[in-house]
Amino acid sequence: MPFALELSQLSKAYGRARAVDGVSCRVAGGEAVALLGPNGAGKTTLLKLCSTLLRPTSGALRIAGFDAVDEGSEVRRRVALLGHDAYLYPDLSAVENLTFYARLYRIAAAARRVDEIVDRLALRGFAHRPVRTFSRGMLQRCALARVLLQQPTVLLLDEPFTGLDLEARANLHAALAQLHRDGTTLVMTTHDLDEALRLCSSALVLRRGRLLWQGTLAGDTPFDLRRHYAELLATAPTDRRP
Amino acid sequence: MLTLIWKDLLIELRTKETVASLLLLGLLLLVVLSFAFDPTSPLRKEAAPGVLWVAIIFAGTSGINRSLLREREQSCLQGLLLAPVDRGTIYLAKTIANLLFMLAALCVLVPLFIFFFNLPFVTTIVRLLPVLLLAVTGFSAIGTLFAAVSLQTRAREVMLPLLMLPLSTPLFLGAVEASAALLAGDPLGAVAHWLQLIAVFDLVFLVVGWLTFEYAVVD
Amino acid sequence: MKTKTSLTDTLLPPVTILVMGAAMYMALVGAPNDADQGPVQRIFYVHMAMWLATFSAFGLVGLASLLYLVKKTEVWDRVGRAGAELGLLFCTLGLATGSIWAKPIWGTWWTWDPRLTLTLVLWMIYAAYLLLRNLVNDPQQGASLAAILGVSGVADLYLINRAVYWWRGIHPAVVVNKEGGTGLHDPAMRAALILSLLAFFLLFTWLLRLRLQSARLQGDVDRMRDRLAPGY
Repeated sequence: MPFALELSQLSKAYGRARAVDGVSCRVAGGEAVALLGPNGAGKTTLLKLCSTLLRPTSGALRIAGFDAVDEGSEVRRRVALLGHDAYLYPDLSAVENLTFYARLYRIAAAARRVDEIVDRLALRGFAHRPVRTFSRGMLQRCALARVLLQQPTVLLLDEPFTGLDLEARANLHAALAQLHRDGTTLVMTTHDLDEALRLCSSALVLRRGRLLWQGTLAGDTPFDLRRHYAELLATAPTDRRP
Repeated sequence: MLTLIWKDLLIELRTKETVASLLLLGLLLLVVLSFAFDPTSPLRKEAAPGVLWVAIIFAGTSGINRSLLREREQSCLQGLLLAPVDRGTIYLAKTIANLLFMLAALCVLVPLFIFFFNLPFVTTIVRLLPVLLLAVTGFSAIGTLFAAVSLQTRAREVMLPLLMLPLSTPLFLGAVEASAALLAGDPLGAVAHWLQLIAVFDLVFLVVGWLTFEYAVVD
Repeated sequence: MKTKTSLTDTLLPPVTILVMGAAMYMALVGAPNDADQGPVQRIFYVHMAMWLATFSAFGLVGLASLLYLVKKTEVWDRVGRAGAELGLLFCTLGLATGSIWAKPIWGTWWTWDPRLTLTLVLWMIYAAYLLLRNLVNDPQQGASLAAILGVSGVADLYLINRAVYWWRGIHPAVVVNKEGGTGLHDPAMRAALILSLLAFFLLFTWLLRLRLQSARLQGDVDRMRDRLAPGY
């Protein structure tokens, strides 16, 4: 099975600043990886690069076996991004949005699948109201529905638990855990180390665009991880490039 | 691509934002420009094609801007960029949708124009039809591309006319000259060169747009 | 970081100055007065040269834009910007000299003569190009956007040309076609024209090189500053 993600000296520069700087790593298929790091470390940029929303300045990137730059469409077919924005058209209803995306992704039997997902995520009550009227929790659920429709090979998550109430968190966690069990590769950025431990089996730590550490989280209790994480950030060398 | 167009039409049907703003701005311009010319002076008849096209172009600029701005809400454009769709296809779909909106607006604006300038109804429409169709297509093509470009800048809505209008010179001159001649009763053959020019313009910008849209929206 | 001076850099300035000197001599003294227009016509030599520079710059910007979109190397972006700045400069001067020439000959400062109109449209495209760069937050994105404008401009050029000529009559005074064939018969006048064209072309090249070097140095300074004091 090819690696789900293969990064090789991947860099993204904005003018003089490097948001992602020479990151190389590999994520095997079916893994659940936590992408950790302080604010501004480049986590979101890295996710955007992996979903082809951004073009790399240099380096190579392969997702699910396809090159992100040359075979963008193939990558996008297999990758989904769940982030702060729901990517839902405010003036259309949930069902209309989902049907639109189902058709866009050429999902077979679109109407039936949309129906299934709406029921599965308990959206039936709001299904025909314009998205503009949705609360944050409902938006997230609808966004999740969009992702589930697509059945991606790799799911990228950008701080998905932010702003959710307890019930929504539990639901999202359950959905993600199920996806992981079904073989989807998860890459999740989060500031919540507890959540990271509960869902993920390994972690990547970024700082100032560079990869500080990559390893498994097995056996780490929350206390260990916090300590380890703090140590990493404290002892990281200052950026003086040769 | 049909899906994309369907989506735009559906939203428009709900909100009627784009077409409404096109109509209102167009109407406003027609009226104000009519004020600029004394109703009794013969200049008015001569100025008519110019007035029509100024109204269409400025209203159109605003309309296309709104249409693209809509994608920015909820970062919907990102949603499209995440889909396994060719970026050029997104451009074409947007252009066609914008074209349809403009044509819809024209259905009201042209009759109003005829009304204000006291022209024969059916003949005017028949005569102007080819110019209208060709020019609005090109306008949509270049407008959609540069609206995407200008939305990335700090000046946003001001930027679009600045970018578009100098480049649209062939379109504007062609449309006005051809309209003037056709309204005066010249046969289609007499303005063939203008129509050809506009058609080539359309083609050039559809191709340029299709090829370069990606660079305007993906960083 | 060394600053090498290549052979071209050493030779270009003196050669330019020499040719410019010769051109100015011919334009102001050597060539005879035009039979119809009198001494004012001499401005034509400079005016035509401005025109040549403007169009060369435009073509350069178009080419650089296309290459930037395809290759994405910073060099082409710099060439595009330098070309646009110089193009704007020469275009402004071209419009100004055209206007100064027009007043005594045609009696007005401005006419909607096709060539003047075309130059005006080009001026607006140049200005939009530079404005676009300045108004974008991310320089890389700005480069891409400007490149789109550059490519569009060149693709459109022929169409604008046709449109403007059909709209108006022909350029009254001197009829000049693309190959530089003129209505001038006097060999001294022809010499003045050719020298002038050459002189301004050399000047354009010299200024372009200077501008490119300055842009490259700026890029180097930025990179160094980034190394010494990183941070966003």
